[in-house]
Amino acid sequence: MAEEVKLFGSWASPYTSRVKVVLKLKGIEYENVEEDLSNKSPLLLKYNPIHKKVPVFLHHGKPIAESLIIIEYIDETWKHNPILPIDPYDRAMARFWAKFIDEKIQPAVWKTLLAGENEREAAIEEAHQLLKTLERELNGKKFFGGESLGFLDVAGNVVVWLEVSQEALGMNLLDKEKFPILHEWCQRVLDDDAFKQVMPPKEKLLAFTRARFEAFLGPK
Amino acid sequence: MAQEVKLFGMWASLYSRRIEIALKMKGVQFEFIEEDLQNKSPLLLKHNSIHKKVPVLLHNGMPIAESLIILEYIDETWLDNPILPRDPYDRAMARFWARFIDEKLIWISWDAFSSKEEDQGKAIEEACKQLKALENELKEKEFFGGDTLGYLDIAAIMVASWFGVMQEVMKVELLTEENFPILCQWVGKFVDCPIVKECLPRKEKMVEFTRVLLKDFLASK
Repeated sequence: MAEEVKLFGSWASPYTSRVKVVLKLKGIEYENVEEDLSNKSPLLLKYNPIHKKVPVFLHHGKPIAESLIIIEYIDETWKHNPILPIDPYDRAMARFWAKFIDEKIQPAVWKTLLAGENEREAAIEEAHQLLKTLERELNGKKFFGGESLGFLDVAGNVVVWLEVSQEALGMNLLDKEKFPILHEWCQRVLDDDAFKQVMPPKEKLLAFTRARFEAFLGPK
Repeated sequence: MAQEVKLFGMWASLYSRRIEIALKMKGVQFEFIEEDLQNKSPLLLKHNSIHKKVPVLLHNGMPIAESLIILEYIDETWLDNPILPRDPYDRAMARFWARFIDEKLIWISWDAFSSKEEDQGKAIEEACKQLKALENELKEKEFFGGDTLGYLDIAAIMVASWFGVMQEVMKVELLTEENFPILCQWVGKFVDCPIVKECLPRKEKMVEFTRVLLKDFLASK
């Protein structure tokens, strides 16, 4: 029943989008609650008092926060079309690389955006190295998950969003010449049915990204 | 077929001790390889080329890094004495709070321990708020895992050991019986568990080690 499943999120949050992709892949109906992140609802703050962030997943009235934890919960509760691999070692690797994306790649990308003139070169070099490391994990596969989207592909959506939105920031961090394999993977992900249905329209995302960074850094 | 299980760790690393506890709870035989973190072995750097840290579990030659990820791997590979709860919601909560400890609590507490005097009051207040949130998760239970040690108890070794050590080294009170009676009671039960007793280094040794580790920082204060 759709009313038992709710997702508090924001259209502009790739972390919310991760959960939406998985819900789509599993064909799970849910009520989408769109949050205004500049004015978070009392319900969101009640359901995620620790981090006060989206996404928050509500199932039978019980809240879960943190996108990757939500996805594991969904995978364990709705067992069809598994998102995580079956083999424990492959699961460990998927979790490891998803953590790497969130804890290493994301901050490195931010650093390149916020770096002053003097630090920018080094920041870009670091981000490039990390992206290259991730790219190697594809290892000839169509997706990180193999023939179809899996946990790591979903977690990797932030890389896809970077590819799409980087032009709004006047950057080319994920250069398709430097990262041909990652670039091709991005295209395959963008072409996936579930992903397509959940991805915000490109122009909307670009406008949002532009506005957000101008607010941060001042207009370029 | 004999399974080959090796653990690259370090005696003072609580992350490393997490894995020892889990392996012992499951009765898994393993070889412990003590790393000198000032002079990491080529094997460690090969098996954890990304982070170059302990612990690393090597199972039949396949390496896994990151303690919480290793714990889940152990639970999914050796099915006796499960350490994660059965119920998906309880599992989600255990994972949430374990990550909370590693990603939020420790850092906020480090701020409280290391802040300059003028900022310390506020930092301590914030750290206490986070500790209280974790304490509330115990509810009426003996352990976070219920009647016996579970994943979150193992993760919370940081609370059971690191806080006490840091409080002594930095001379800042945070986790007190007065303010956190339930959490402190859990600490007592946790360190008293036979397997934990085997794995936890003596507090004095940890304090001495930490004093040396932080000597430059302490000198600058």
